[in-house]
Amino acid sequence: MRLSDRAMLVTFAVLLPMPALFSAMGEPFLTVVLTRALIFAIAALSLDLILGFGAMVSFGHAAYLGIGAYAAGILAANGVTGLEVQLPVALAAAGAFALVTGAISLRTRGVHFIMITLAFGQMAYFLMSSLSAYGGDDGMALAGRSTLFGADPFGSSLRFFYVTLALLAGIWALLRAVTRSRFGRVLTGTRENETRMQAIGFSPFGYRLTAYAISGMIASVAGVLLANHAAFVSPSYMGWARSGEMIAMVVLGGMGTLTGPVLGAIAFILSEEALARLTTHWRLPFGAAVVLAVLFTRGGLLGALRGRR
Amino acid sequence: MTNLLILQGLNGLQFGVLLFLVAAGLTLIFGVMDVINLAHGAQYMVGAYLAAAFTGLAGNFLLGLVLAVPVALAFGLVLEWLVIRRLYDRSHLDQVLVTFGLMLMLNEGVRILWGSAPISVDLPEALSGSIPVWGTLRYPVYRLAILGAGLGVALGLWWMIHRTRLGMLLRAGASNRAMVSALGTDINRLFLLVFGAGAMLAGFAGAMMVPVISAEPDMGDTVLILTFVVIVIGGIGSIRGAFVAALLVGLVDTLGRSFGPILLRSLMEPDMASQTGRTLAPMLIYILMAAILAVRPAGLFPVQR
Repeated sequence: MRLSDRAMLVTFAVLLPMPALFSAMGEPFLTVVLTRALIFAIAALSLDLILGFGAMVSFGHAAYLGIGAYAAGILAANGVTGLEVQLPVALAAAGAFALVTGAISLRTRGVHFIMITLAFGQMAYFLMSSLSAYGGDDGMALAGRSTLFGADPFGSSLRFFYVTLALLAGIWALLRAVTRSRFGRVLTGTRENETRMQAIGFSPFGYRLTAYAISGMIASVAGVLLANHAAFVSPSYMGWARSGEMIAMVVLGGMGTLTGPVLGAIAFILSEEALARLTTHWRLPFGAAVVLAVLFTRGGLLGALRGRR
Repeated sequence: MTNLLILQGLNGLQFGVLLFLVAAGLTLIFGVMDVINLAHGAQYMVGAYLAAAFTGLAGNFLLGLVLAVPVALAFGLVLEWLVIRRLYDRSHLDQVLVTFGLMLMLNEGVRILWGSAPISVDLPEALSGSIPVWGTLRYPVYRLAILGAGLGVALGLWWMIHRTRLGMLLRAGASNRAMVSALGTDINRLFLLVFGAGAMLAGFAGAMMVPVISAEPDMGDTVLILTFVVIVIGGIGSIRGAFVAALLVGLVDTLGRSFGPILLRSLMEPDMASQTGRTLAPMLIYILMAAILAVRPAGLFPVQR
């Protein structure tokens, strides 16, 4: 078994009893924080598919988080709370947005791609900011928690945690299968050497666009969860700072592995939470930590694990 | 209607010139140094705060502006020396992350030093009036001054890049860095200079805007994104492209916001038109960018490599 898989199984094993531990410590709120970290782990995993495996540095990934959140928020505001409707709508909207913007963005490479995805992300941000019927700039409170065929999967913080953990495990397994399939190997091949892939008869564009759409759709699932977690939907979910944070989670965790982004997201959200408790100016030490981590470490958290073997 | 068109046209040009000042540095830093700098918008913000602080100390905006520009330059030089030069042999992804971290630090640093509340600056008497430009239409002197200063800088940049030895090195560096270095130019000093100049231009733009929009944290973020749109449309690395695209974006954005709803009103109900206009106007430049890229993926004036 690969190091990445073993590290992931250990991570799941550690996460599983956490809520019980937190309530024994008298800090049940930490379960809520950890749930938030797991939601971002799903988002970071989705970004890793294109960033780590496809070498597409998307700086607009928060848009998909926002699309998922708004799908839940807008449907809930119109009285539709069932996940059986919300999830397919979120997936379809994210997929459609990814196909259209991806088809344009993927005509370019490198820095152009970074800037264009950034611009499309901002476009989505401004679109949501101008929807005054749904809160506009200020966002809106979620009209009702999402349900699943009448059941209440997000009813307690404990249930929310385990539902999120199960979703994370499922998506991790799905992406593990995807990246090891023929499709995944072609995608990794275009990352390593595009010309050679073309020479042996593959056209990278279709593979890249498909990966881009899958990635966006998975991120929208995290968006639906995030809307329920905060009981609030706002354009700030899709701001470019959020996209930058997601890239940091993936890279600092270890991109191109499926465990790295999960560890990165958990470390990121927990240290954000810890610093925010210490000082309102947590962004200063946080930014410094990002700068130093990138300058002086390579391969991220998982790389550090690997280096010690 | 003609008056409104001229007024908004001037506003658009002035906005475009401002975007050009920020974009020129960003596109040079990318074109010559191959570095993507997300902290560039923060340097615009730093310029604004410096001007506000020096105006407070000196009691005069023009003196504050004159003091802010060299300090913005020094700030850029220090930043290059401390952090940016470690990024030259790194991937674009690492550059994105490090400059993103820098941007978080600068935004927060400004908040710690000056607080979150916007800081406004009064205009000097001589520049605070308005003058007639067309029939009964009057336009603020200061906004014309910004327009003039921006065009002056653009002209100066053009002269420097096409008529001086330094400009020649810049153009050579943009097309083949290794060759310039092999021919005996100290490439590190050239990079330091380019980064400092870029920081200075962005700082100058921020400093000039203080009397109009006042200084506040995160003010650089929106400008940075718009600047990205500008240099992507213009062709990354091309000063000429940045100039044309900056004016285009400035005009399209300003005119779209004021005339979009008016034009839509002839097509649909007034309520619907103003709502659609408000939704579409901020997206207009992104649609423009997508349309231009669909036809020319490398921008309007692609740099030959």
